Amino acid sequence: MSKELIHLNNISKSFDGQMVLDELNLTIHENEFVTLLGPSGCGKTTTLRILGGFATPDTGSVIFDGQDITKLPPNLRPLNTVFQKYALFTHMNIAENIAFGLKIRKKSKDYIADKIRYALKLVNLEGYENRMPDSLSGGQQQRIAIARAIVNEPKVLLLDEPLGALDLKLRQEMQYELIRMKNELGITFVYVTHDQEEALTMSDTIVVMNQGYIQQIGSPESIYNEPENAFVADFIGDSNIISATMIEDKLVNILGTRFTCVDTGFGHNKPVDVVIRPEDVELTAPKEGILQGVVSHLIFKGVHYEMEVMAGGFEWLVHSTALHPVGQEVGIRIDPYNIQIMNKPESEDEEAVAIDI
Amino acid sequence: MTSNKNNWLSAPYTLWSAVFIIIPLCMIFYYGLTDKTGAFTLENITAIATAEHAKALRLSILLSLISTLLCFLLAYPLAMILTNMKISQHSFIILIFILPMWMNFLLRTLAWQTLLEKSGVINSILTFLHLPNINIINTPYAIILGMVYNFLPFMVLPLYNALSKIDENVINAARDLGADNIHTFFRIILPLSVPGIISGLSMVFVPALTTFVISSLLGGSKILLIGNVIDQEFTQASNWNLGSGLSIVLMIFIILNMIASAVFDKDGEGSML
Repeated sequence: MSKELIHLNNISKSFDGQMVLDELNLTIHENEFVTLLGPSGCGKTTTLRILGGFATPDTGSVIFDGQDITKLPPNLRPLNTVFQKYALFTHMNIAENIAFGLKIRKKSKDYIADKIRYALKLVNLEGYENRMPDSLSGGQQQRIAIARAIVNEPKVLLLDEPLGALDLKLRQEMQYELIRMKNELGITFVYVTHDQEEALTMSDTIVVMNQGYIQQIGSPESIYNEPENAFVADFIGDSNIISATMIEDKLVNILGTRFTCVDTGFGHNKPVDVVIRPEDVELTAPKEGILQGVVSHLIFKGVHYEMEVMAGGFEWLVHSTALHPVGQEVGIRIDPYNIQIMNKPESEDEEAVAIDI
Repeated sequence: MTSNKNNWLSAPYTLWSAVFIIIPLCMIFYYGLTDKTGAFTLENITAIATAEHAKALRLSILLSLISTLLCFLLAYPLAMILTNMKISQHSFIILIFILPMWMNFLLRTLAWQTLLEKSGVINSILTFLHLPNINIINTPYAIILGMVYNFLPFMVLPLYNALSKIDENVINAARDLGADNIHTFFRIILPLSVPGIISGLSMVFVPALTTFVISSLLGGSKILLIGNVIDQEFTQASNWNLGSGLSIVLMIFIILNMIASAVFDKDGEGSML
């Protein structure tokens, strides 16, 4: 991992007596794409505002490149923000918008002109210098907001749900654009979103947050495949979360049936939560499965069928490309590697909340 | 079908404006462009160029400009403070500002007359405190005071309206891009509030330019504004032709002002009044 750039140390913040962030610690590395992911009200935007200087933490410090910037106003911070609704200056044309930060830093006319050209090329909007922001589409305004931020050569770009207002197709295009821009610029992106797919697509590191606490930090793969608790498992993708008992290392009792797994170190006869992704549930002929059940629902989703299978007193969510009609008896088999064991939540804040996605 | 309905609903207003706006306007133009015998003449219009009338018009424009500027300088900081307040707090402050507007305009001006008189309330208090008295009654200063006092809310509200429409993140973005408070104000907040400024300026300037009550109550009979001249032509000299002619001249100023504010105030910042 590259050099550590930002440290958030023991950050706490409350609004009107409501705790928004509680003793948050986070390290961000140079040239990293970090995504703060969580449901609304989880503290992700507050974290970003504290980084940008728009909110002051009640306690704790923000260290940037070895320097304490906790009390530094936003205009003196070496980072720039792309705001949720673009926040372009509607009384200036595109070139003036992009030049705003450079003019304040009293850069030369030639330098500014070069930078505008470079930035518009980077965001694929060459020739838009004299247009007014209002005449641009949402996606174009978003690109200008990014251009306006990056011409100042920040070491870190903060992005606050920048794709939230765009339609699905444009959002997916912009995800690839953002990755490309980040690689071209070679700077750190701190990205806030509630969209797990966005987070999985773009990030080097995902920070899953809920109710002011960090639930898990890790690569997209590890967050998806090895969620540390039921909240993360539930928030990232679809999953079957089942209460179970860890009989011994590598053996777990799920719904009264013994399954082999690969996890160790949970102790003997310990209550745990088990996460099994729907695509990891294999449907077989009834006799070949470890569990037997009946298909109760079937929906065609395009890439796969989504089925619900009643087995062992639990409704299993199953994704499969093979069709099993409603009422068919099936067997369920799960590869030991695909059974993810998690400790039961110890405190209230780790508890999974119901989320509709 | 719907347009018929709408036409029917607007009938009372159409009737109202025909009787009380269109017909009087036609009469003003008729009187303004004729002499006492009813023959066409431009003399009533060109009469504005006579020394006495031109002086009154110049003084009117000067005093209204000063009042408008003072209103702007007082109202802008106030509107900014209001914008940055929480809703529960600012509605109270706005109430304090609007409260005097509920009282009759004439009464408020008469109250100032009593306050400012040579042996009025303010001077009694000053004398009691052994401070020098102020003698601004019957001077242009008293007229300016009266104009500023009466027309200040018309400046505050459009400014407040325009300022509260500025997205907080736009200001944050300016700060984020390196602008300090001064830069943010002059490069972002001020330009974005221009529609409100134009609206506020014209909403103070027009009534200040045409007033004759404030000037006659606080300016004594010596200081004549163009409004007083017109008033006298109608009520004392009974020269409706000249009064109408001068009114047309004044109307030209007002129309120019309205055009200016219509061009800049596309969002209708002043429309709430």
